[in-house]
Amino acid sequence: MDIDLMMRVYPFFLAAAWTTIQLSVLTALLGLTMGALGASARLSRFALLRFIGAAYVSLFRGTPALIQLFILYFGGPQIGIQLDAFEAGVIGLGINAGAYMTETIRGAIISIDKGQREAARTLGLSQWQATYKVVLPQAARLMVRPLGVNLNMLIKATALVAAISVVELTYTAQRYIGSTYKPFEMFLLAGVLYMIIIYATGRAVAWLDRRVQIT
Amino acid sequence: MGLDFTVVPGHLDIILLGCAWTIGIALAAALLSFFGGIVFAVIALYAPWIIRQPFRLLEWVFMGTPLLLQLFLIYFGLVQIGIDLPAFVAGIIGLGLHFAVYNSELIQTAILSVDKGQMEAARTVGLSRGQALRKVVIPQAVRDVIPPIGNNMIALLKDSALVSVIGVSELTLSAQRAIGATYRPFEFYLVAALFYYVINLGMEAVQRRIERRIAISR
Repeated sequence: MDIDLMMRVYPFFLAAAWTTIQLSVLTALLGLTMGALGASARLSRFALLRFIGAAYVSLFRGTPALIQLFILYFGGPQIGIQLDAFEAGVIGLGINAGAYMTETIRGAIISIDKGQREAARTLGLSQWQATYKVVLPQAARLMVRPLGVNLNMLIKATALVAAISVVELTYTAQRYIGSTYKPFEMFLLAGVLYMIIIYATGRAVAWLDRRVQIT
Repeated sequence: MGLDFTVVPGHLDIILLGCAWTIGIALAAALLSFFGGIVFAVIALYAPWIIRQPFRLLEWVFMGTPLLLQLFLIYFGLVQIGIDLPAFVAGIIGLGLHFAVYNSELIQTAILSVDKGQMEAARTVGLSRGQALRKVVIPQAVRDVIPPIGNNMIALLKDSALVSVIGVSELTLSAQRAIGATYRPFEFYLVAALFYYVINLGMEAVQRRIERRIAISR
């Protein structure tokens, strides 16, 4: 193992890891927003909204994220959408993650007993109040862990933006593998950083999950 | 420059060939990941400590890093140690091993949830431990775990798009070839997405049938 080489290039990997973290945070925020919107649409009273929600989930979960990213980044200019690679990465991955999070959020909401809403309505709360004061607070507890799984997948999916030349961890590893022919060393550098990010996120999610449980 | 789908039919032959490659690669990788998953699960549960612990570390690394990065390691790593495999073989190995680790997690849980009495009964009628595992415990565990493995296989199909990055001429790279000739990225990536979507729907239909079968066999 070429330790000298690893010592020489690791600052570039650290900088790249920072980009990966930024990508992950922004993508997660967009994904959560899209997930909340998607779940609202799928649970809506209006058939058209339910259809749009279902189509969103089916299309974005049914095709590769890489292709979605390519359509947005390379195909976007043809329909007047000009984005730089980082923006396209965040938007493309965020919309993709949103489709998965839609199902997570929806799953948590529909697993709350119907009686809860009915009881709230009986006590005189409006439909809206019953949702926001009774159903969602309970559903939120159930969401934390599965959303943590979505987040874990999302962080690993940020590697895809290497294919549109965003200089994040995987792109950096790929470039140095190409120039040094040391695939194992470069994998080790990038892999350790990914695992630190994933591990830290996992711990944070587990902490949050403990905090929100009523025992 | 607007959209013009009339260029698509002229390149449909490359796209269809790409589809065939995607299906072939996904099938081969799915088989590898299924049987690999069983072998990994048995190692993770029953191998001696000295093998089990490093193996678990390896599983952890596979689950904690992106598939794309693993593909680069496998493709370029194999070349470095003198094994010059065609890109598509490296792609199948990478995809197969990656999903074998995820399948192994499922199978481990399933093996542990098979009633202990099954193993004991098998041993009582004279089967060795290995035979009891192979003929009694694992078949039951695998049956329980087929629906979630199906989900992994659908994920595998979509992730097979990543092997285009190491130069395998499957659906995604075929679309890129057509784009190279026509400068029409939106149209061809959309067509590729459509084909992935159709294959995906087909897999979901197969999965539902298998699940019904399993439900009946219980």
